[in-house]
Amino acid sequence: MQIILNNRPAHFEGEKITVNELIKRKNFTFKLLVTKINGKLVRVDERDNAWISEGDKVEVMHLISGG
Amino acid sequence: MYFYKLNMAVRIMTETLIRNHLSHFEVAIAGCGGLGSNAAVALARSGIGKLFMVDFDRVELSNLNRQYFFYDQIGQYKAHALADNIHRIDKSIGLRTSIVKLDETSVTQLFATVDLVIEAFDQAAEKQMLLETMLVNFPEKPLIMGNGMAGFGKFELIKQQQWDKQVYICGDFTNEISEDNPPLAPRVGIVANMQANLALDLILKMRK
Repeated sequence: MQIILNNRPAHFEGEKITVNELIKRKNFTFKLLVTKINGKLVRVDERDNAWISEGDKVEVMHLISGG
Repeated sequence: MYFYKLNMAVRIMTETLIRNHLSHFEVAIAGCGGLGSNAAVALARSGIGKLFMVDFDRVELSNLNRQYFFYDQIGQYKAHALADNIHRIDKSIGLRTSIVKLDETSVTQLFATVDLVIEAFDQAAEKQMLLETMLVNFPEKPLIMGNGMAGFGKFELIKQQQWDKQVYICGDFTNEISEDNPPLAPRVGIVANMQANLALDLILKMRK
């Protein structure tokens, strides 16, 4: 399937994946991420049940310590 | 009053008009460290009406490399010390403080009435908590976050990004603090002042 990940096209095997699976496959190494599917927030504890499919717009942002 | 609205539309405002407009608004400062103390001072000098400063921590010697405190304030609660410093700049600003470690419940209770929130935490986990809580409970309230400002130089990496309808992020999105990449006054100050600058921009578009 083809999705938009952080404003860029991205390709994944299969018809749908969860947000956690996407994080694993893309190797996002930062511990703290904020995620959205089609503009809607997916909270940390929802990521195993939040499904991404063809055409979805996904955003993953790293949160960085310091301030 | 009509003239004032006309000016708003074209966004040409004298300092008197800017200060008059800002005087009707309250900004919450979530965390009074490097980002929060410097952003609060910039807003105070610009003429913000009220500031609500929240922090559970006390001033330490190691904070003085970047935070808006003084040597003789070591040991004081940061929120109280910052309130004192701001009143030394402008006595007319309405100040509230809360000595609390913010969590989902306290964010929801404390930030219900403020017009805008500046995220100025140290820890990424707290940044995440605030962002998620604000998006769920106050999706219409502007939130300005700081994300990545450790080290020195690399000015060109610092940027401002709108992440959601009311969520804005200032920072370099990369430089995490560590022993080898400490937070230092110039870059922390740059991001804090970017947050304050954006806060002014957003508030000057708000109506009350």
